[in-house]
Amino acid sequence: MTLMNMVQSINSALDIKLEEDPKVLSFGEDAGLEGGVFRVTENLQKKHGEERVFDTPLSEAGIIGSAVGMCMTGLRPVAEIQFSGFVYPAYDHIISHAARMHNRTRGRYDMSMVIRMPYGGGIKAIEHHSESMETLFAHVPGLKVVIPSTPYDAKGLLISSIESDDPIIYMEPKRLYRAMKQEVPDGKFQIDIGKAKIVQEGSDITVVSYGAMMKEAREAAILAQKEGYSVELIDLRTIYPLDRKTVAESIRKTGRLLSVTEGPSFSGIGSELVTLANEEAFLSLEAPPTRLAGFDTIVPLPKGEHFYFHTADRILYEVEKLVKY
Amino acid sequence: MFTKYHPTKGEMLQILSPEGKIINTKFQPEISTEKVLQAYKLMVYTRTVDLKTVSYQRQGRMYTYAPNFGQEASMIGTGFHMNQEDWLVPSYREMGAFFHRGVTPTDIWLYWGGHEDGAKFPKATNTLPISVPIASQIIHAAGIGYGLKLQKQKGIVYTYFGDGGTSEGDFHAGLNFASVWKAPVIFICQNNQYAISLRQEKQMASSNIAIKSLAYGMPGIQVDGNDFFACYSATQKAAQHIEEGKGPVLIEALTYRRGAHTTADDPSRYRSKEEEKIWEEKDPILRLKRYLVAQKLWSEEDDTKLTQQYEEEVEAEFLEYEKYPPYELNDVFQYLYNTMPDDLVKQKQEYEKYLAWKESRS
Repeated sequence: MTLMNMVQSINSALDIKLEEDPKVLSFGEDAGLEGGVFRVTENLQKKHGEERVFDTPLSEAGIIGSAVGMCMTGLRPVAEIQFSGFVYPAYDHIISHAARMHNRTRGRYDMSMVIRMPYGGGIKAIEHHSESMETLFAHVPGLKVVIPSTPYDAKGLLISSIESDDPIIYMEPKRLYRAMKQEVPDGKFQIDIGKAKIVQEGSDITVVSYGAMMKEAREAAILAQKEGYSVELIDLRTIYPLDRKTVAESIRKTGRLLSVTEGPSFSGIGSELVTLANEEAFLSLEAPPTRLAGFDTIVPLPKGEHFYFHTADRILYEVEKLVKY
Repeated sequence: MFTKYHPTKGEMLQILSPEGKIINTKFQPEISTEKVLQAYKLMVYTRTVDLKTVSYQRQGRMYTYAPNFGQEASMIGTGFHMNQEDWLVPSYREMGAFFHRGVTPTDIWLYWGGHEDGAKFPKATNTLPISVPIASQIIHAAGIGYGLKLQKQKGIVYTYFGDGGTSEGDFHAGLNFASVWKAPVIFICQNNQYAISLRQEKQMASSNIAIKSLAYGMPGIQVDGNDFFACYSATQKAAQHIEEGKGPVLIEALTYRRGAHTTADDPSRYRSKEEEKIWEEKDPILRLKRYLVAQKLWSEEDDTKLTQQYEEEVEAEFLEYEKYPPYELNDVFQYLYNTMPDDLVKQKQEYEKYLAWKESRS
């Protein structure tokens, strides 16, 4: 065990898989020599060579389109998109090919790729560096979407993602990259894709979140405790496929749901969770299943971003409304 | 000029040597001494704002900022040719061209200081905001060019991008569209040799960037991007070419980003001090100053005075900028649509209720 932040634990997962499997590659813009703008791939080129860990020319479509081709030769590319806000030139390849190739060829070609990208806000960045657009991937049939919230989960989930034969969108909450350290095993371990985690048990309300918002959700659970509200906190860890069972059981127990997500509200993951509550726990509900999501606006530039990103306080406000409903 | 410096020949247009001597009289631009002095002052002004902004960032008075240091001739040598009716379609490292259009340091600071008002440019016309997604603006330039041509409006579109930008599909689409349409666009690649950490030779296998013009049936030329005269002269020729109705031109200005990619970047990870030293000696401002001093149009004394004057002006403007009114909740919502949809009205009201609840608890 070593005390690691998320940058280190992701680096460790990549290092282990590059060491173990010669078919694994890691590449992206500035992801080789420099080790990525967040240093997530630092030293991997030195250790595993320029043929397997490399810088690509500046083209997101090139990165993902070529990853599709690599998969067809049996390689397992881990492609980095520098910021999720720059993924759109690659969106065509993700949606039109990576997500569909297995189905299109009736299972002949595996799209065994991981697309890593830092996402989310709160780092006082300029335009296109703060969005949480996981819905755009979760909505697409054929993709799986994984979002860790702790260094430990990040490592276990990334190893599982690299070993998955399906294409995985692996979104890294950049605000948490260096926000916390945790004891993480040095060796290999896995966390199942598609399994949520009950972070804290409680009886009054189920709060479901993931990624960067887990930090505020945890803080809110502590604030709620002081107010006398018992929160059951669930970290989804995988957005798609959704762990319906864990979430439904919890809502049936507490009778209340609050989802806390960072991206825009409309057609978001929160809408999906509210639907789940209706479909799976309707007769147990004590209050309307509710989503706390981002405004349906552009994420403001840093001077205005405090309005956009939920605080623990804001979550507590919503919890209180539902418990007192 | 475009024949003499045809990109297949691998020759770069240079007029002013690093020592400040005119070494190529044949292609000297038509420009008055007064204008050259104006351009020189703009280069000094741009550098002053740039260096000060980096220092404000270091002091925590500005967020992440992308410096322009070292690219003054490449930005201003090309951009200084813009007339009122022309259009500037920038990437994010064209501050000198912005100033030529009437954009102010306050606009620049608002933007990099994290306020959308910094993309509005109340004192400039036909000037697009910074475009962050690499190379995307190149196609907008083609569209503006088409719009001008179709509506028989005057003006030439000046669009900027970097060496890395030529790898994006949008580079291809932009040049292809503009060439098919014979749109009035000058494509200006400020080749500063690095796309963050990636050197040009790893970015492309082509010998230079100007040569890419051939595939679009348009003239292309590589110029010394640290030579004001070469940049201005090629731009002047490109504008003539367009005015003759012959369609777009690609200019590659070979320069060097002396600063970091952004203030979050550390160039020592990917380039040597020795290399930086070589480019320091090819500095564009130093070069033009040497020329002006040799011509007795300028003196070291003038230079010291000017720099000091600009430093004081910029400092005073920054202090004013720091008094900018605070960001309001309404600023998040009010500009997204012409009329705010009900969903947004509700979201704003919900947030206000939360604020009231928070207030009641404190």
